[in-house]
Amino acid sequence: MSQGELVGSFIVPVHPHPLLVPEGNEGWGRLRASFDDAAQRIKDSGADLLIIYSTTWPSIIGHQIMADPNPEWTMVDHDFHELGSIPYSFNIDADFAHAWDKANEQRGLKSRTVAYHGFPIDVGSVVALKLLNPDNAIPAVIVSSNVYANRAETTVLSKACLDVIKSTGRKAVAVTAMSLSNRMFTTHIDPKDDRIHSLKDDEWNRKILEFLGEGRLEDVGQLSRTIHQQIRVQKVVAFKPMWWLSGMNGNRNNLTGEVLAYEALNGAGGAIVHLDPTPSGAGDKEYDEDDIEFFHGERNVLDGDEDFTSDEPDKIPVANNDSGPALWDPTDGKDSVNSEAAPKPVGAYPHARRVGDLLYLSGVGPRQPGTNAIPGGPIRDSTGAPQDYDIKAQTHAVVENITRILEEAGGSIDDVLDVTSFLVDMDRDFSGYNEVWAETLGKVGPTRTTLAIRALPTPIAVEMKVIAKAPPL
Amino acid sequence: MAKGEIVAGCLAPHPPHLVYAENPEQNEPTAEGGWEQLRWGYERLRESLAGVDYDAIVLLSPHWQTYVGTHFLGLPHFKNLSVDPVFPNLFRYHYDLNIDVELATQLHDRAADAGLTVKMMENPDFRVDYGTITTGHLFNPAWDKPLVVISSNRSTDYYSVEVMQEMMKELGRVTRETILASGKKVVVLASNSLSHRHFTTESAIPEDMSKEHITSHAMHLWDMRMIEYFRTGQSQRILNEMPEFTEQAIAESDGGGLSWLLSTLDMPTYPGILHGYGTIIGTGNAIVEWPERNHKEAVP
Repeated sequence: MSQGELVGSFIVPVHPHPLLVPEGNEGWGRLRASFDDAAQRIKDSGADLLIIYSTTWPSIIGHQIMADPNPEWTMVDHDFHELGSIPYSFNIDADFAHAWDKANEQRGLKSRTVAYHGFPIDVGSVVALKLLNPDNAIPAVIVSSNVYANRAETTVLSKACLDVIKSTGRKAVAVTAMSLSNRMFTTHIDPKDDRIHSLKDDEWNRKILEFLGEGRLEDVGQLSRTIHQQIRVQKVVAFKPMWWLSGMNGNRNNLTGEVLAYEALNGAGGAIVHLDPTPSGAGDKEYDEDDIEFFHGERNVLDGDEDFTSDEPDKIPVANNDSGPALWDPTDGKDSVNSEAAPKPVGAYPHARRVGDLLYLSGVGPRQPGTNAIPGGPIRDSTGAPQDYDIKAQTHAVVENITRILEEAGGSIDDVLDVTSFLVDMDRDFSGYNEVWAETLGKVGPTRTTLAIRALPTPIAVEMKVIAKAPPL
Repeated sequence: MAKGEIVAGCLAPHPPHLVYAENPEQNEPTAEGGWEQLRWGYERLRESLAGVDYDAIVLLSPHWQTYVGTHFLGLPHFKNLSVDPVFPNLFRYHYDLNIDVELATQLHDRAADAGLTVKMMENPDFRVDYGTITTGHLFNPAWDKPLVVISSNRSTDYYSVEVMQEMMKELGRVTRETILASGKKVVVLASNSLSHRHFTTESAIPEDMSKEHITSHAMHLWDMRMIEYFRTGQSQRILNEMPEFTEQAIAESDGGGLSWLLSTLDMPTYPGILHGYGTIIGTGNAIVEWPERNHKEAVP
């Protein structure tokens, strides 16, 4: 199975006018045409999953993820009920929803799935799915916007989503259902008189769209708070979707952006934007906000035992009980090489040690730095029950962790000289492990010894012990 | 036609946890109880009004949020399933309610004449918000009185608490005039909590009362300050301090219900009766009644 990826992102408006009355105003008609264009682009991308982050689905108890495989109802907008009813029947990928929920948990984030008959899917999600996926050909998943979430939580939400996309090999499209400026006219207007509520809102919208058209998504993410203050009605949901979407795109500024439409919706700014992950050739800018991998929580008002702060400075609890023993900060002895980008050790040892011209690495597994998550899944759950897992994903992750440690030392994967590999199930896994080896370290050319062993300290299937050339001091 | 009458006004909060804990047959989830202080408070409120005859309930819910003016339910009957989008594990309620369309239309028309932006909601597929259902159930579980349901115009979000209050004071004045002119006896309900900072996690057993408390001392102080004003008939001070209260306690008064209620009651200077106070997932909730009999005593 190839590794999953995000194949595109879209920003779409939340109001029902383009769906229900596109003929009511020329701008609404242009938005409808651009929705149709976006739907075709999604189809052409070969996407097999649509992920909707909707600002019109606020939540309080963490983020909520729709997990009803076939939600059906008729929704009516709270404000624009006279425009008509919207019957819907959607194709939801419940398995992905549950996997995302679990990935959130592994990254320390509260979330939950919802699968209740009659659950009121919000207007933004309904409009997006009706218009972007009209024949339900692509399974979808919807996530709420947590009213209390800050950027750290929202970023971790996106990273957990990417964990699942990668581990399940999906080709996903991310969609944010949102307004730009969201100030509507507060009195009734004739549809033909619709325009952006104020010149100031219009100017901000155009600046945002200029950035997005240049693929500068992360810049918009970093301006999110300012944008919220300037052109957003001070509702609790804020301008968070740009945080999520930027996280989904690796917090980059060199995407290939295209603004398909920008129109007024009862005064609010409605835009349809396509962000292609293909680098635009423009220079990527620095990501100067905290790059959070794992959410440690900040409140824990209900359960004292969920307090992640620790009096022991060199030891933190594991991210989840499935992942094995407690983690340690790497020891910092003479000639030690330690990397923030590598997973924490499970004992008192460094990531690597330099001796003369050689680097000796401690055994490296596939656990992810910060989260302790295991790409491809753990080999057993917290009860010890065997789990299905992907040896190729685990092997890829091991090689990536080795690369990070070597790069910390100033070297690269090309410096590897000798590897001892440990597999817990030689019969099952040797073939997949060997395939990934050939694609990666096999091209570097180190000597190798592969051993079958009974167990490893964490629920992983593969670990490698590496000796590498040390770069000159 | 006899002159209409507001027989009572009530602050009647709507957290769905209270319906969940009551285990009514209309609600799908079941509970082992919980939040008894508030549920007993609603019992006391119902008992207080048990001998009072009235024709209709006029209710303003902050969970029917409208941004283009104030809306009114405008069809005689609504029947559907209400699922709380935030607490769907607790509230999936099959409702069946009647609307006093005549009174709703009168209120709509008078409000329009007064210059307020208003609209009747006449789409039969519309789902009534869970705030209306929750308060409606807890105040009158028999559902044997027709309702007038008013949306929450989010003018606090668009402008400020001060602008919201000006609009709600005007809507309250219009509501009072409409009721008095209608010849009907009416109870008016503002469906909102006081301090409104939630916990962001839910205990494994939602009704585990060992986990329930106010989110912070500051929220408690604000709630008690407001309750003291309720109990001492200081309506004007409530309105005066509403901007600070709404901002600092993240209060659900931002939806306009409390300001509208006090205006509809013509700014009572007599004590409100506190039937109960309690927290629900950290938010502060008071059940308060301003009975008309006290109003009559207060105004010779």
